[in-house]
Amino acid sequence: MLLSTSEVRYVSLCGMLGYGYPLQSLSRAMATQPAFIGVDAGSTDPGPYYLGAGVNFVKPEQVKRDLQPALCAGLDAEIPLIVGSAGGSGGAPHVAEFLDVLSQIAEETGRSIRAAVIEAEVPPHTVLEALEQGRITPCGPAPELTPDAVADCSRIVAQMGTGPLIEALRTDADIIVAGRACDTAIFAALPIMEGFDPALALHAAKIAECGTLCALPGGANDALTVTLREDHFIVEPANPEKCCLPDTVAAHSLYEQPDPNCFHEPEGTVDLSACEFEQVGERGVRVSGTRLHAAECHTLKLEGAALRGYRSISIAGTTDPGVIASIDGIEQGVSERVRANLPPDVVDGGYSLRFLRYGLDAVAGGRHRSPGPPHELGIVIDVVAPTQQAADTIVSLARSTALHQPFTGRKTTAGNFAFPFSPSDLRAGPVYEFAVYHLMQVDDPLALFPVRIEEF
Amino acid sequence: MRLYDLARVIRSKNAGPFTLTIDLVFATRDDFARALASEALSSEGIAELYGVEAPAVRVMPFERVLTIKVSMPRPGASSGAPGDTDVYGCSQHFPLADCRI
Repeated sequence: MLLSTSEVRYVSLCGMLGYGYPLQSLSRAMATQPAFIGVDAGSTDPGPYYLGAGVNFVKPEQVKRDLQPALCAGLDAEIPLIVGSAGGSGGAPHVAEFLDVLSQIAEETGRSIRAAVIEAEVPPHTVLEALEQGRITPCGPAPELTPDAVADCSRIVAQMGTGPLIEALRTDADIIVAGRACDTAIFAALPIMEGFDPALALHAAKIAECGTLCALPGGANDALTVTLREDHFIVEPANPEKCCLPDTVAAHSLYEQPDPNCFHEPEGTVDLSACEFEQVGERGVRVSGTRLHAAECHTLKLEGAALRGYRSISIAGTTDPGVIASIDGIEQGVSERVRANLPPDVVDGGYSLRFLRYGLDAVAGGRHRSPGPPHELGIVIDVVAPTQQAADTIVSLARSTALHQPFTGRKTTAGNFAFPFSPSDLRAGPVYEFAVYHLMQVDDPLALFPVRIEEF
Repeated sequence: MRLYDLARVIRSKNAGPFTLTIDLVFATRDDFARALASEALSSEGIAELYGVEAPAVRVMPFERVLTIKVSMPRPGASSGAPGDTDVYGCSQHFPLADCRI
């Protein structure tokens, strides 16, 4: 490793593995002789489905496109590639899908790859035991956890901190494939292992995990270089067409964070209130003054997704002023007729039927409505039911009922809505909910994350 | 003047699946101060607009970049749950953006 004791340099490949980056940025970043390449591969942003169903929100071909050049660059330079939240949600099927891509790359390039793999799924009994012992608290406004909520989950993962990644780095693997991981752990593990200030290491990591989101022009899909020293760090985009400014880097602490002055990691609370941001050259920014209030006990963030039913939808629209004016009544009438005309066992199974009225109030609910009626109205009839078959049946009945629903002053007696597609009804599959989003206190932050070696 | 017209950037996003955060970025210190002093940006006013509890709404000035951050529990369902309307929370800056300043 080309690592001096006074500084550590590294590269964040891009904000999300699979979202793309210019290959030239990787070459430029490698010319700075980094100690490692890191990349975040996951998020809860796309919602609970991906964790629950065990699939990635990024397709394997996208992952392969982004992964292969970085992996080969790392192998050539003999530095590790660190991937966090592999497969999107970082559960066992997600990690397996990622390893499958890795295996394809090994086969197609003829290179041998040594991977340190860290799984992140937590067995339900471990969570239940912690719940019984009062070691679990909601993360933010999530509801209190119950044993039923744990039992409902198809899958629970825990976000690993820097500890397990440091264990993996000690194996001298070519690539570290971490299941669900804190975004910061990907980039702070090696610096903390090397003895750099954890406050600065975590703050730099927080900025790095979003690629060039802290730069101008904005956007996460490009490489960012980081140089961490004893009392400051410098961030600079690898792409010469992008630049960081003190304000763009300072503003990054607003992004997806509830509080711009601090953020919470397993290592403690990172306090940004005394940070200073200074321009370095034309495109770099130097950051100093970050403080860490070390955690009093070890906590891990848990994420669990529970199956809540199956969805079918139908998409429709109208330009008729009478339909638009009567949409509340039409919706109510359709709901009543559907209930009356469904087989009793489907009604007894329970379901939800809603009309998302695009152009009226679909996005902000009843909280925000423009004055005056819209010219056109788009409708998504959304059904969630205990089985896919029930959801299909209910949406089918709701669609035909809506088409012919009578209302006062109706002129559209041949049909109320335009359906753009045949088939008009679409299966959207299983629907999940984040039933677990909690902090679990643990004695040993490494115990849940054993490291294994796989050779490709 | 509408807050939407006064602010240079108004953006909303999830901060985790249960929290919504809205950033109001202003072009000048005067605009920032004017918005910050406005009654529209009280926790109580925002809570009423979004149908959440007032003590759970946090209004945080971040003067360095002339930004006011508003964080609150997600109104309605958590991200992507049945009943949700905005998985990423990217379009929840209204009705706040409609407020008169």
